Amino acid sequence: MTLASLDLELIAMQLFSGVALGAVFVMLALGLSIIFGMLGIVNFAHGNFFMVGAYAGVFVMERTGSFWAALLVGPLMVGALGLLIQRYLIRPLAGRSPDDPLLLTFGLGYVLVEGVRILFGSDGLPFATPEELSGVADLGIGYFPIYRLFVVGVVALVLAALWYGLERTRLGLIVRAGARDPEILRVLGVDIQRLWLWVFGLGIALAALGGVLAAPMRSVNPEMGTLVLGEAFAVTVIGGMGSLMGSVVAGLLVGIVVSMTALVAPEMASIAMFAFMALVLLIRPQGLFGKPGLGV
Amino acid sequence: MIEQGSRHGSVSRRTLVRGLAATGTLAGIGMPFVARAAEAIRIGFPTPVTGPFGAEAKDQIRSAELAVKQFNEAGGLNGRMAELLVRDDKLNPGEAATRTLELIEKDKAHFIVGALSSAVQLSVNEITRSRKVLYVSISQSDTINEARDFSRYTFHEALNPHMTTAAVAKHAFKKGTRVAYLAADYAYGHEMLRGFKRAAAAIGAETAGEILHPFGAPDYSTFMPRLRSMRPDILCICNFGRDQANSIKQANDFGLKKAARIVVPVLLHNQRLAGGADAFEGVVGASNYYWRLEETVPSAKAFNDAFRAAYANAVPTDYGAYGYTAVRSLLMAVKAAGDTDTDKVVAALEGLTYDVAKGPERYRACDHQAIQSVLITESKKKSEMQGEADLFRILEAEAGSEAALRTCDELGHRA
Repeated sequence: MTLASLDLELIAMQLFSGVALGAVFVMLALGLSIIFGMLGIVNFAHGNFFMVGAYAGVFVMERTGSFWAALLVGPLMVGALGLLIQRYLIRPLAGRSPDDPLLLTFGLGYVLVEGVRILFGSDGLPFATPEELSGVADLGIGYFPIYRLFVVGVVALVLAALWYGLERTRLGLIVRAGARDPEILRVLGVDIQRLWLWVFGLGIALAALGGVLAAPMRSVNPEMGTLVLGEAFAVTVIGGMGSLMGSVVAGLLVGIVVSMTALVAPEMASIAMFAFMALVLLIRPQGLFGKPGLGV
Repeated sequence: MIEQGSRHGSVSRRTLVRGLAATGTLAGIGMPFVARAAEAIRIGFPTPVTGPFGAEAKDQIRSAELAVKQFNEAGGLNGRMAELLVRDDKLNPGEAATRTLELIEKDKAHFIVGALSSAVQLSVNEITRSRKVLYVSISQSDTINEARDFSRYTFHEALNPHMTTAAVAKHAFKKGTRVAYLAADYAYGHEMLRGFKRAAAAIGAETAGEILHPFGAPDYSTFMPRLRSMRPDILCICNFGRDQANSIKQANDFGLKKAARIVVPVLLHNQRLAGGADAFEGVVGASNYYWRLEETVPSAKAFNDAFRAAYANAVPTDYGAYGYTAVRSLLMAVKAAGDTDTDKVVAALEGLTYDVAKGPERYRACDHQAIQSVLITESKKKSEMQGEADLFRILEAEAGSEAALRTCDELGHRA
């Protein structure tokens, strides 16, 4: 094998790893992006809901032994928690300064971390990769974990479902209209409060789904959500606040940037994401797909 | 008539008050002697209770409290009881300095034990040596032994990276072995990497490549293709805490374990639990302590039995055991000195040989590094485990020896 072909294979493999990592970033950012885009709420507890999702996955897994049950029930459990939070904590703040839900969710993040510590302890918990998704697949350019390919597949499915739901259904039309002009929608007789309730719950459930998907790859511990907020926020800002398409493109781009940085200067891999964000904001303050004037 | 009798027969209120005051005064005179005779021996214990090393910190606290309890149950020092003052340093050097300062200035701690990271340890040491307070540090570090950071009040009870990497390399590396390194980009990772390379050079093993990853990185997928392309015989992962569990899990996911043996400088109990048996199976590393040592070392049996009795049949972990050996040795020195006077205790600790958990240990005179055995352990396959605490197999127990340390001269200590 010549050095040249080895380098080409390594670069190709690195790019593929970047796309797969990008899919993880997309999953992390989706919930944050939906809640901000549709509701105008910056959810500072986003990373912690991701963490609670991972714990919900562990909880269901321990009781059923089934990863598939954890993947389905975990996000639903946390989504239900999201509904309660929207109904009793977020909704009373309607009509007030945008800072108020920001501060609320910031504090909520601490409550979630300490709550998990009380219930499950400070130690990490094991979450093994399910048997049927263990092992590696030979892509020709190199080996890649089957589980990560599965994650890419799930993310693609979720994106397709969201796209279809928002763009091709009557409910999606109502949601988009509500995001654009809630007052007119209220005049037209739509119960906007119920709508916001379900959108918030959906955003939280998606964050939790990210947590369950991440559990086999990262150890499950109370601090695992800390970095997630930063990652999700970087992706959301790059994509443009409020743009789902933006989250997808930005997530993949960030994954590739981090991956190629890891190839040439691995110690800079984490910083690369935020450097890229700064670069995008300098050139295009509203983000790649954001609307001008929708300030951060 | 009644009125007349009452006035003449009763003690006046003024007289009563005067009498009580006198009694109080007498009690006050006696108080200083009573207080001084009963003064507790206060051991300050900064440790990162919150944050990513929280599990290790809690184990250290439990072990340290066991040592204190045993000392007190044996009568203490002529009736003086020991007391452990735990403070959360949040794994932050600045926070640790503040907590240590409070322990010394406000809580009047006689001694300091603790710290669970290289940078935090050095920060605590800066405070203790400037205030001439005895400090027993219990985190891996090569720097704390070096002349620049050393003081006669500084003792290092943990293994250091040089000892650890030398023992692991001696076991795992052979002449011609190709080793790829994945190390965390901070003091601990750098020191372990340096230790391994030094040992590899002496053995004749080759470096296939090295990658420094950001400290605390949750995802290692983008480092894996490059590590694989290095085609190593051994993948050596130098990081700590959650980083160890995450990186080993992901190396396993990428199938790297089929092509290369995974070696770590310190095989961590709590991370093996968090990472699971499958991911860690076959991983080899060093450890200061593992409970199965009780099969060959009587003091380990005694320590384990006391720990089981105190903590609902649990066994001590590796980093947890440091809390015990450090506090036990310190209190033995206090007993030998017969006093909490710092200079007397320093002299006693320098001259002490102790065996409280893992065989004989002593502090080397020039740098106060604890000379102790190093265990080489391997993570067991799930089917080989006898009970959920049976995580590792002890492959080797390398006896404590000054030959395993860097020389005093090399560290900058004049003879």
